Amino acid sequence: MASATRLSVRNIHKSFGTHEVLRGISLDAHDGDVISLLGASGSGKSTFLRCINLLEVADRGEIVVDGERIEMVTKNGRNVPASRKQVDRIRAELGMVFQSFNLWSHMTILDNVIEGPLHVLKRPRAECIAEAEALLEKVGIAEKRHAYPAHLSGGQQQRAAIARALAMKPKVMLFDEPTSALDPELVGEVLRVMRSLAEEGMTMLVVTHEMSFARNVSNRVIFMRSGEIDSDGTPEELFGKGGSPAFRQFIGTFGS
Amino acid sequence: MGIVETLGFGQTGWGGLLLMGALMTLCLTLTALLLGAVLGAVVAAAKLSQNRAARTAGGFYTTVFRGVPELLIIYLVYFGGSSALTAIGGYFGVEGFLGLPSFIAGALAVGLICGAYQAEVYRGAFLAIPKGELEAAQAIGMHRLLRFRRIIAPQVLRFAIPGIGNVWQLSLKDSALVSVTGLADLMRTSQVAAGSTRQYFLFFIAGGCLYLILTSMSDRLFALAERRASRSMPAGIGQI
Repeated sequence: MASATRLSVRNIHKSFGTHEVLRGISLDAHDGDVISLLGASGSGKSTFLRCINLLEVADRGEIVVDGERIEMVTKNGRNVPASRKQVDRIRAELGMVFQSFNLWSHMTILDNVIEGPLHVLKRPRAECIAEAEALLEKVGIAEKRHAYPAHLSGGQQQRAAIARALAMKPKVMLFDEPTSALDPELVGEVLRVMRSLAEEGMTMLVVTHEMSFARNVSNRVIFMRSGEIDSDGTPEELFGKGGSPAFRQFIGTFGS
Repeated sequence: MGIVETLGFGQTGWGGLLLMGALMTLCLTLTALLLGAVLGAVVAAAKLSQNRAARTAGGFYTTVFRGVPELLIIYLVYFGGSSALTAIGGYFGVEGFLGLPSFIAGALAVGLICGAYQAEVYRGAFLAIPKGELEAAQAIGMHRLLRFRRIIAPQVLRFAIPGIGNVWQLSLKDSALVSVTGLADLMRTSQVAAGSTRQYFLFFIAGGCLYLILTSMSDRLFALAERRASRSMPAGIGQI
């Protein structure tokens, strides 16, 4: 494939205390890739996602975002980023969507969406507002722009959170179990937004338990087990005959 | 002489002096609250810090200034401050006793005390911010100062308003203790008026009423601020 590598992760290790959560994970995401990360809870998939934008700092390994390597140094025996500035800049290029939405509760929906472009990217307010309104329209909650997060349903909040991340024009979107905190009837509206993003060619890494999304929307599925990549392939391969016994057992628990 | 004249604003009335006293009480408490806000913010940050020495120092401060009687702190600042000032004056060749002005000593003492209480209020308010909102701020690329300015400070203030209202009320009453240093606040003025007219009931009740007016008015102000700040809270739905 000739498309550019948006994200390259090499040999990530991470331990909490004596518990080794990630044991050498590597992954390349090319332009337009939609990669679903599957695995039982405790398999390390959320930690892996959080290591990419340094909400957790990996003990070892290399992260390259759109050709720029995150510089790390060893301080007091621990691996830490060499430059906070670089970390902030790279984070601004990675959109993150959390399981529990994490909208800023003291701001209206519109303020949440313009916050990043206005104060982090320092772009003109009028431009930020115009783009934010277009994004809110796109995720279907334009009429809620002056409401506060607490007054919205979970599905609406998550769509607002996606709009907030998109407002930064990220190179890669990271989704950390975006539908796991939602009531079943609200899952669909969020998945629809994610699906249309995928169709527009957004590069996405999605930690999820939604098998239908992994199977029908993503072009690559990675199954993690005990901090390692167990299986890696297209949905056709994995859900067809190529999956490992562990993967078969895992999807068996979902009844699919 | 009738009550109206005694409490009035005429030549023989004490009304003007009582109002001046009330104003002094208000000024002293306001100065102390502002000083305490700065101290409280610094101490709260120290207590929340990852640095063990800072945490210990912060803990020491809040333990001492909440655990020692207010009157003792006021004496300590007033007399201790004055003897320190005298010693410094002596070093520069100034003879005799130099007193710390009682307003400054009082504001400092009450400020130190209410700083300790405010520190706990701010610390609690910070802990009330959902951790995920701070992570979202990091994830979008906000640097530390921007996170503080845009996400932390506004939410700490919002969560702190009821607690600060409480501290304000306590400080307003603590300020009465500063009258022992001779500051002509509401307490001291009521006392002087009562003593020189021998109308103890009248003046202490009048003083009490003025204190009540000050506290209940400020209570309303804080309630108003709280209502404004909680527009974004779930409970605010019914208020629209």
